[in-house]
Amino acid sequence: MEKESKNYTTISIPTPLANKIKERIKGTGFTSLSSYVTYVLREIISSDKEETDEAFTKEDEEKVRERLRALGYLD
Amino acid sequence: MIKPHGGKLVNRNVKKKDVDLEGYPKFEISTNSSEDILNIANGIFSPLNGFLCKNDIENILSEKRLDNDIPWTIPIMLDFDKKEIKDIKEGDKLLLTNQETGITSILDVEEIQDYNKKTIAQKVYKTDDVNHPGVANIYNMKEKLIGGKITLYDTKVREYDKYNLTPKETRFLFKEKGWRDIVAFQTRNPPHIGHEYVQKTALTFVDGIFINPIIGKKKPGDFTDDVILASYETLMKHYYLKERAVMSILRTSMKYAGPREAIHHAIMRKNFGCTHFIVGRDHAGVGNYYGPYDAHDIFSEFPDLGIVPLFFRSFSRCTKCNSVVNDKICPHDQKYHINFAGKKIREILRNGQIPSEDMMRKEVSETILKFDKTFVE
Repeated sequence: MEKESKNYTTISIPTPLANKIKERIKGTGFTSLSSYVTYVLREIISSDKEETDEAFTKEDEEKVRERLRALGYLD
Repeated sequence: MIKPHGGKLVNRNVKKKDVDLEGYPKFEISTNSSEDILNIANGIFSPLNGFLCKNDIENILSEKRLDNDIPWTIPIMLDFDKKEIKDIKEGDKLLLTNQETGITSILDVEEIQDYNKKTIAQKVYKTDDVNHPGVANIYNMKEKLIGGKITLYDTKVREYDKYNLTPKETRFLFKEKGWRDIVAFQTRNPPHIGHEYVQKTALTFVDGIFINPIIGKKKPGDFTDDVILASYETLMKHYYLKERAVMSILRTSMKYAGPREAIHHAIMRKNFGCTHFIVGRDHAGVGNYYGPYDAHDIFSEFPDLGIVPLFFRSFSRCTKCNSVVNDKICPHDQKYHINFAGKKIREILRNGQIPSEDMMRKEVSETILKFDKTFVE
């Protein structure tokens, strides 16, 4: 059932940079250049922390507020 | 407010009056599966909008991520007996019900699949030993899985609904309270002094704490849901600031999947709007299947989880320090330490005695002892 391998793609980065990364990951938990680059990119991609306002209509908001009041969560 | 996992809070609730559900093949599903449906519909499992198909399940097993690379560690699956679905095909709609939860929901059959129980057990639980309660549940599942979107049309009012908030409601509540940083505490036990210490230590650095006991199927010997809720009510009434602590339940079964389940627990709390999540020693573990800090280590695999784990080691009371300590902060010998061992506290309570106040608040112990049925049988 388990996949033999996941789909991966190749990305080119400058060789000196690759060498610096190889040096940097020595003795860390990263087993390859790819695993390090994947980690860093995932971290960057997820750092988009913009505030989200849930799509509440006025009616919705009042309903939720009333329920929270009735349950004792809000005064 | 922190973004839900995957970016958008899922809502698969639709008012029943507008649709005719008669005529679809009807299946009475288990209470656990119906609670999965409630958790999907209310956004607790965001970004899932249904039961998982093969690509996602395989990717979760091998990469601990959905097929679109979003972190996800526990496959949410719906099983069927192959005979009962012999006439069902992809593209069909199934009416799913459960008497206990009162759900009425529709499953859009996207994929019908076979699966390998042993592979799932080994990957999710790191063992295929049937003595592991999570593995036993996998081996008790029926032969086929159906993946596809669900839509929830109805459910009923149930016990403890006073404490049952959806992510939409908790997010609104946190905002109304002016909380920006919220720490979540997952629990399946009444609080002892160690729990209180961990919670209050974490709370010191954030705006509020979200105490979120798991209500649902547990193993024999665990505390009953009534006892857990009543004991927390007592603790919060006597020892917490009302404006800094909120308790709401989470209806889901414990999987006892240790590290993978710790990630799953964190994701659910992120969807409730929490920014931080407390991970203790042997989180969601059982027996000796996982190392005491495996559930800490796994978080290093997820730089993109989007909720900050707060790692706590085990605590004890040091009679020399005369305070609660851990191995990082106390220089005294073990002989001065009183451990908050859950097993020991359970034994004392089982004998109808009140544990020392070094281990558990007297008010909490008294609350627990008022119950005739303290443990799951």
